[in-house]
Amino acid sequence: MAPRTPGADLPEHPTWLWHSPDPKSSYDVVIVGGGGHGLATAYYLAVNHGITNMAVLEKGWLAGGNMARNTAIIRSNYLWDESAGLYEHALKLWEGLEEELDYPLLFSQRGVLNLAHSLQEKRDSVRRVEANRLNGVDAEWLDPQQVAEICPILNTSEDLRYPVLGATWQPRAGIAKHDHVAWGFARALDRMGVDLVQGCEVTGFERVGDRVVGVETTRGPIRAGKVAMAAAGRTSVLTDTLGLRLPIQSHPLQALVSELLEPVHPTVVMSNSVHVYVSQAHKGELVLGAGIDSYNSYSQRGAFHTIEREMAAAVELFPMFARAHVLRTWGGVVDVTPDASAIMGMTPFENLYVNCGWGTGGFKATPGVGWCFAHTVAHDEPHPLNAPFSLERFTTGALVDEHGAAGVAH
Amino acid sequence: MMLIPCPWCGPRNEIEFHYGGQADVRCPADPQAVSDEDWATFLFFRDNPKGVFTERWSHVAGCRRWFTVRRDTDSNRVLPSEGTQQARTVTT
Repeated sequence: MAPRTPGADLPEHPTWLWHSPDPKSSYDVVIVGGGGHGLATAYYLAVNHGITNMAVLEKGWLAGGNMARNTAIIRSNYLWDESAGLYEHALKLWEGLEEELDYPLLFSQRGVLNLAHSLQEKRDSVRRVEANRLNGVDAEWLDPQQVAEICPILNTSEDLRYPVLGATWQPRAGIAKHDHVAWGFARALDRMGVDLVQGCEVTGFERVGDRVVGVETTRGPIRAGKVAMAAAGRTSVLTDTLGLRLPIQSHPLQALVSELLEPVHPTVVMSNSVHVYVSQAHKGELVLGAGIDSYNSYSQRGAFHTIEREMAAAVELFPMFARAHVLRTWGGVVDVTPDASAIMGMTPFENLYVNCGWGTGGFKATPGVGWCFAHTVAHDEPHPLNAPFSLERFTTGALVDEHGAAGVAH
Repeated sequence: MMLIPCPWCGPRNEIEFHYGGQADVRCPADPQAVSDEDWATFLFFRDNPKGVFTERWSHVAGCRRWFTVRRDTDSNRVLPSEGTQQARTVTT
């Protein structure tokens, strides 16, 4: 392979991709949260529904929350029909997104292996493969030999404490450069005249009875025909001001990268049992993530023993990683639901819509969320793909339990 | 890693503990009698404040007892206990 300069395929610096205007006093739609989901929702509101008198309000800098902190994994191999519908729709959008946004996202369909380490996990995995196929999601069950052919650096020997008994394989899964995704959406939105307002924290809502008519912000009140929330781990803080309780808990989720290495890892490997997921970024860092820290927190940092455990798992599965060094670790705040599925739809308040509860796995759904949440906001009713993810499901009992497909790996 | 004040063993590393979430969540006395909304609230809805949170911890690698802690979820600072509250167990 010819040597290439690291970063040679990166686009121009993001500073010139969008303006950062002061907020106007009123908009048709205000989106709370300038992360991936907020930007994608604004994009599809503009493109699919013709709404451009719109602002995306971001308390910090654009896409500086979980959109900058995730491990960039994209896949759609979830168990239940409801999830497969939403995530597969997202994956299909990913497949055309670089062209759609005319921006390099470094979207790389290098596939994902979800390892099985016990007989029960093997049975669950095969079941998930069959369920995926019935839903038109590409999936295969691989034995350890086939796993080793796809990912030679993975330790598939039988003398592991938790040997690899096989894996599910989704070839269309992969990774994208998360920052570029946000920048691509932001550039497109800016060109369409949508205000991307940074350093503008929403602190509450203006309401008339049960109707939301605007938001209060650190830069003054802003009236809005509709308010769409995409505030992830901080959603509860805002809905608490309305007395609206949501079944979400905010936890730290950590990730880490190694220093830049030669390309050694050809795919994405996830293990729910030994608790780690690993890919290698285009630039060369190994990108590792695992589960949440156990306690509720908004502190954007976690404990070292959590990443120590995750690195132990990584070294067990990839012995060669023992000689890699950790370059950087960080944390984000993720909002976790009881059934490991998101909440997207209407609220008891008129003109207020909520998208939250994505927990540890929101990045992969970004364009799908944008598409469906935009529909929900524009039509004042859920898109068929996000209708099952309503807030009401916790009362009706129609949960979408994705702990198996999402648990760690999400 | 946080230091969690076990009322029986003293402050110990967080890794010795299991987290139990919000404190004082009571099971309805007669589950058959409550509405779907109230049952859902009991099962799934917990407070999620950015700030002071009253929560349960279990010292699984020590005395194995449950206790209640007040902690600021923004700073992770454990707040002084309010006397009898700290060592209270879940069963009354």
